[in-house]
Amino acid sequence: MSEEFFFYTKALSVGYHGTALVENIELKLKKGQILTLIGPNGAGKTTILRSIIGQLEPLRGAVFLDGRELGKISAGELAKKLSVVFTQRIRPEMMNCQQVVETGRYPYTGRFGILSDRDHQVVKESMELVKVSEIAGEPFEQISDGQRQLVMLARALSQEPEVIVLDEPTTFLDIRHKLEFLSVLQRLSKERGLSVILSLHELDLAERISDQIACIRGEQVDRTGAPEEIFTQGYIRKLYGIREGNYEERTNTAELPKQEGTPQVFVIGGNGTGTPVYRRLQRQGIPFATGILWENDLDYPAARSLAAEVVGEKAFYRVRENTMRRAKELIGGCREVICTLKPEAGGDLYPELLELMEYGKANCVFH
Amino acid sequence: MENKAYRFGMLLFLFFLTGVLVAVSLYIGSVRISWKEIGSVLSGNSQDIVYRDIVMEIRFPRAVAAALLGGSLALSGYLLQTFFHNPIAGPFIMGISSGAKLAVALVLILSLRKALQPGFAGMIGAGFAGAMLSMGFVILMSKAVDKMSMLIVSGIMIGYICSAATDFLVTFAEDEQIVNLHNWSRGSFSGIGWDHVAVITMVVIPVFLGVFFMSKSISAYELGELYAHNLGLNLKRFRFWLVVLSSLLSACVTSFAGPVSFVGIAAPHLARRLLGTARPIVMIPACFLGGAAFCLFSDLLARTMLAPAELSISAVTAMFGAPVVLFILVQKKGKGEF
Repeated sequence: MSEEFFFYTKALSVGYHGTALVENIELKLKKGQILTLIGPNGAGKTTILRSIIGQLEPLRGAVFLDGRELGKISAGELAKKLSVVFTQRIRPEMMNCQQVVETGRYPYTGRFGILSDRDHQVVKESMELVKVSEIAGEPFEQISDGQRQLVMLARALSQEPEVIVLDEPTTFLDIRHKLEFLSVLQRLSKERGLSVILSLHELDLAERISDQIACIRGEQVDRTGAPEEIFTQGYIRKLYGIREGNYEERTNTAELPKQEGTPQVFVIGGNGTGTPVYRRLQRQGIPFATGILWENDLDYPAARSLAAEVVGEKAFYRVRENTMRRAKELIGGCREVICTLKPEAGGDLYPELLELMEYGKANCVFH
Repeated sequence: MENKAYRFGMLLFLFFLTGVLVAVSLYIGSVRISWKEIGSVLSGNSQDIVYRDIVMEIRFPRAVAAALLGGSLALSGYLLQTFFHNPIAGPFIMGISSGAKLAVALVLILSLRKALQPGFAGMIGAGFAGAMLSMGFVILMSKAVDKMSMLIVSGIMIGYICSAATDFLVTFAEDEQIVNLHNWSRGSFSGIGWDHVAVITMVVIPVFLGVFFMSKSISAYELGELYAHNLGLNLKRFRFWLVVLSSLLSACVTSFAGPVSFVGIAAPHLARRLLGTARPIVMIPACFLGGAAFCLFSDLLARTMLAPAELSISAVTAMFGAPVVLFILVQKKGKGEF
């Protein structure tokens, strides 16, 4: 079955000086797919990447590319199949962006590295693909981090690789450049059948771009699969060992630690109106309760991370009696009720919420 | 394309500059010889044996040696800068010249004791061994310290140790024959004859060609080891040859002219500035020519400033070369690289 995978590892163990950092790695990737490694700092993502590009000898097992073991492919041939964008800054002296991209043609040029017409053509195309043609003549050292990363990608592409390996390529980029960078990768994988292996710290982006995700935790690959198989409730918290705060897989948002204790404020929210209030109360250090929220409400994930108690109702259900009772109990214990809904908005499920608002007005300071 | 023409023009300029400096070196000296006389000496028509000896046996070989050895120093510096990714690396500042000097002095003194004249191969071999030892030490240090400046400091220290040991040896070997060792150990192109030049050529030209053939690999290596490896460069083999060739060049210079300071840093830097590129395929000939011109010019000054006494060549090269190092430091400091 391994035949259908363009790139895969077999019982690969990686590490330094004979000490394994991550063991038994089984990564599999088809042509044109994107595989993302996620996991905490120091878990071994970079070590794995360095091993699968042949920079680091694997301790055990092997890496296969196009059906052949990596160690048996000559350096020159591998350079035409696999290229890299890593985090170390290159400091080329007195080189403009085009010259940096041209270095990718190294495996194709002769003894003195003189570029042929075809080499120039590939360089030009690579720069166009990544949309850096306009800055071709600018000194590489003077462009922004975002542009520099794109130029490095163009450089890697000019190697005409079948697989490209990138280590945290978006880490120092602003959001615009992150999106630009990843969309170029996506386009290349779909249009050119380029296989992409990368590591990312941005879980939201990893979820969007990846066909496959591998979670690296401590000694092993903890989980591999499609994004929907990875981002299950509570898994990210476990993977990264999050102790302070919470991560909501459904919305891919991180929240700071909730204020524990008896709720002093009750928030009646919903449809996303409550979340900013939850965060404000968290900042002010005030424990609060909130409700009634249906589990499919936009406010529900943040509420679960931030509220001392959430009065929830199952999605698509009418508010049941004991849910209502619990909400009223909590309001009774609070000094303040904050309502972020507009009473006039109305709706079929609204009577219960209106009832709750009236109850709040009667018993607490009401905003 | 314009750039290409400009670079080629600059290389030609450096070539002619070197030629002009060789010619001036034939002309200037304590004995005044007219251009016309030099012309007839060179064309073999001169009747005056003294003039012919001065020009053909003293000034000409000295000038050719200064050019070849200056080029070697610059190239050696360029290779070390590539190896350590450090713009102020050089054979003198990193103690490699001093290591070669110590080894050569040791061999000279030991063989003179036994009334032997060490051959050129022996001297270069000793210099090479000394250079490799210093180089090995600096490479070890480079694994222990991660700051460029600290690496240079450790190189300077090994240089001091070797120089002190050489002084010690020279002082204790106050034999009449060894007196001229003292001059040599301070660095000088004096006393170089055609037989020396022949040996120098046999070492330097093949090494130069070897380095030139490595220009593509050097350009890959300059991207850093990870990218170089990904481009298919065999790093181990490349580094091995880089170390061997740069040590060979420093050893050759030291064996014949003693330690010569700062050419290895100043010439590559000036060449880069002049040509506006760091491409190895251009830099290698530019460094060589630049180093040749720099050394010829410095040797002219060393011979003439206090004539008939001679300054040590290092005194002159340091005067022009050390400010270049300071300039690089200030410039790079701004970028936080040191």
